[in-house]
Formats: sequence, structure tokens, C-alpha cells
Amino acid sequence: MPSLENIANSIHQWLNNNLSGPWPMLIEFAIVGVCIIGLFAMLGLVLIMMERKVSAWMQLRLGPNRVGPGGMFQTAADTLKLIVKEGMTPDGADKFLFNVAPFIVMIIAMVIMAPLMFAKGLQIWDVNIGILFVAAVSSVSVIGVLMAGWASNNKYSLLGAMRSGAQIVSYELSAGFAILVIVILTGDLRISSIINSQADGWWIFKGHIPVWIAFIIFMIAVTAETNRAPFDLAEAESELTAGFHTEYSGMKFALFFLAEYANIFVVCAIGATLFLGGWQPLHFGTDTKFNEIMDYIPSSIWFMAKTFFLIFVIMWFRWTFPRLRIDQLLNLEWKYLLPISMFNILLATVMAIMNWHF
Amino acid sequence: MFLVKYIKDVWSGFRSLLTGMKITGGYALRHHKEKITQQYPDNRETLILPERFRGEVVMPHDENNEHACTGCTACELACPNATIKIVTKFDIQPDGKKKKAIDEFVYHLELCTFCNLCIEACPTDAIKMAQTFEHSVTDRTELIKILNRPGSKIREGVE
Repeated sequence: MPSLENIANSIHQWLNNNLSGPWPMLIEFAIVGVCIIGLFAMLGLVLIMMERKVSAWMQLRLGPNRVGPGGMFQTAADTLKLIVKEGMTPDGADKFLFNVAPFIVMIIAMVIMAPLMFAKGLQIWDVNIGILFVAAVSSVSVIGVLMAGWASNNKYSLLGAMRSGAQIVSYELSAGFAILVIVILTGDLRISSIINSQADGWWIFKGHIPVWIAFIIFMIAVTAETNRAPFDLAEAESELTAGFHTEYSGMKFALFFLAEYANIFVVCAIGATLFLGGWQPLHFGTDTKFNEIMDYIPSSIWFMAKTFFLIFVIMWFRWTFPRLRIDQLLNLEWKYLLPISMFNILLATVMAIMNWHF
Repeated sequence: MFLVKYIKDVWSGFRSLLTGMKITGGYALRHHKEKITQQYPDNRETLILPERFRGEVVMPHDENNEHACTGCTACELACPNATIKIVTKFDIQPDGKKKKAIDEFVYHLELCTFCNLCIEACPTDAIKMAQTFEHSVTDRTELIKILNRPGSKIREGVE
């Protein structure tokens, strides 16, 4: 049966048999790079379309419906427009930082992809500190945002960037604690072993109360970390025009826009990996007909379905909740999420020691 | 006691967020039935406008070509930007008395902001807002409209 794992393995073997020296590795780098860039381009098109449709449905509107069947090509047309637009650099801006910032944001989103497991056995880099790597690298993205805000030489941009900095640094903590709960229960940081530990049931079912709390905190924290409404203070259209990317235009703006959606995909993929079992199919009990049917669905589809479900939830947040003020935002983190997640990690530790999970 | 209040706070906040999500989630599920968007140029024949939509000021006439305007100029005074100009004349009554009546009810559509103040000011309900909204013309003078029809007169009994 052809699976993504087999395809990847046969390519690897073919390259190693036919080439020598560093070439197989370099060619694999190139293949992976092209695949990730292709994935990002597709994600940009699909997720922006999805966002516009979901927002339309939640407000009883129609959404884009003119370009192509059901408005399918609307985002492609938008992207084409952004590509042909002029990418301006303002006179007073720090030219180097201004031009490099969108790429930094984008590259960091790509780097987080490395330890993710997209399907059974399909992983770019099965590093033993996988989830730590994700948590560490994702906090670097604030540098790109700060860089963009600072280099724009615009007070709105700078304010947006500063807010974003405060926000990401704060919410990193509770996101980290939520991840730690799963790490405690699994006893390993490696993504593949986290997924394998959920073969007999996803953590959200096996870990009951502490994992439910961790899951809710994780969803709130990653919404804040990706700068999305109701935590979109970095952009805050009504206050700061567009926050840190006010001065950007054309393709550089598109990169920021794309990075936002790429980040959503990445954090939702991590959420799906930690709490919903990654590519593991849904199983009830042992050796039932239901389990067999579920096993027929390819693992990549399971992974994508879970990820897109979480993306839908985050979009649901955006189109339901009003934006928080900056003090409310920091209150929520430091007075509510952080104490709760600290208590929760104690609870999870006790549960792991006493073996109270299933 | 502090802890109880804290937990209650968290719970009530969480529940109110869930209530909001239930509403929008319900909309997302029922959107195909409850769409409120009108695809205007496509559905020009079946277009449904809300009852209170304000398109332009019109003066309804009945089948005898009679209207209810007494020429009291309450609408002209109420208008914030001089959209309405009423030109009055004097009718000679059968018994020889003179009676004030409108000669021309001039309405400048190009100045109107559709604020509805004239309709509220009218003591005899002689004018109302119509639901027409395709007002584009190629010459500005076409927007100056005379609302009372030629030869029309005031309805009997309207004071």
C-alpha cells in the first residue's frame, strides 16, 4: 500500500544508492525545502479562503463567491494582485531591518515545521528534544515582529510591535506549561514518542481533567502567540491602523500575512500532536469493527483533519470574541492563566506519579 | 473566600465565552438557511428591502390626483441642509375666500442625507420615504425634483 512514509523512504534509498558523498543529503534538503515552501503557499491560499468563508458563515453573510466556482480562486487572485504591487520602503525606515523582517518571521514559521510529524513516519527531523525545539523557536518570532515595528520608524508600528512583544513573552509561559503537562505524562520530548504514547487513546481522553485544562489554556495561549483576535493588539486595526506591518506593502506585506496563517497551522498542528494524538486514528476499546474502519483512513488525513479542526476553533474565537485591552490581556495571563497552569502542572505530576490516567 | 470568588470569576467568564461561541457556531451551522446578504444586481426583481429603508422623499397622490400637503413648510424648516423648497400660491375657494396651497414642492435629491426629519415633521403625513435607490443620472439638474404632480390639489378635509 503506497503511503507517504514509503514514498519518502524509497526516495531516500534511491538517492543513497545512486549518489555518493554529501549529494543525497543536499538533494533531500532541496526536496524538503520545496515541499515546505509549496505547503506554505497552499496553506496561505486555503486558510485565507477558509477564514473568509468561516467569518461569512458566522455573520450570516455569503463570503467570496464571484471568482471561480464558489469563490474558490479569490485568494489566488488576491495573491496575484499582491505580487504585482510595488513593495515600497519608506524613506525614514531602517532599510536593511525593514526588508529583512518579513523573511525572519516567515523563516521561523518554516523552522518550526521541522520536528512536526505530518503522517505516520513522515517527519523532517526526528530530534530528541522535538517539543522543546518548537517552544524555543516559536518564541524567536517576536524578534521579527519587533524588527518590523522598529525599522518602520512609525509610532503606530512601534506601539504594535511593543504590545506584541509583551504579549508573546507573557503567553509563552502558559503555552509552555500546557505543553509540559503532556511531556510529564509521556515522559519524553520526542514528537514521535509523544504520538506513539497515544496509540491506545489520545491524551485528551486518557489524561482527563489536567489535560482538558491544559488543552483550553494551550488554545488560549497560542491564539495570543499568533497575534490573532481577540488578542490581535499588535495589529488592532481600529487603534493602530495595522500595527507592525502598517508600512509594508506588496509582497512584503503578503509575507507577514502568510506567516500569520502559517503560524496558526503550526500551532494547531502542535496542539493536534500533543492532545489529539497526531496521526493516530480514533479508537474506542480494543479490536472492534469501528477501530478497523478508522485504521483505513490514511494517517496524513487524520493529522490534517485534526489540525484543521483546531484551526476552525481558532477562527471561531476570532469571529466571536471582542478584542481585549492591553491591561486586560496581561491580567488574563498573569492573574488567571499562569496560576491555573501552575496548579494544573502539580495536578498532572501527581496524576502521572499515582498512575491515575488511563 | 478569595479563592471561591476567583474560581467563580473564572467559571463565569468561561461560560460567557461559551455562550458567545454557541451563538456564532449556531450561525455557522445554519448559515445556508438564514443568509441575510442580498446579491443585489442579480436579484433586482426579487430584492427585499427593509420597511424602514430610506431611498428618497416622495409625495403620495391618490387616484383623484390629490395629495395631503398643506404647504405649512414644517418640512422645509426641519430640513438641516435646505433640501426642500416649498413655493406657495393662493387658491380662490368657491366662496371667494383665498386659501394657501402649494404651487411647487421642490426636492433637491443631491442635497438630501435621508435623515427622515422632514417625514417626522409633517403634520399631515403628506410625504414619505420611498424604497427606490437607483438614483444615478448623468446630469445634476435631473436630481432636482418637483414632488407634487401637475394639476394636483390638496385632498378635501386635510387642514
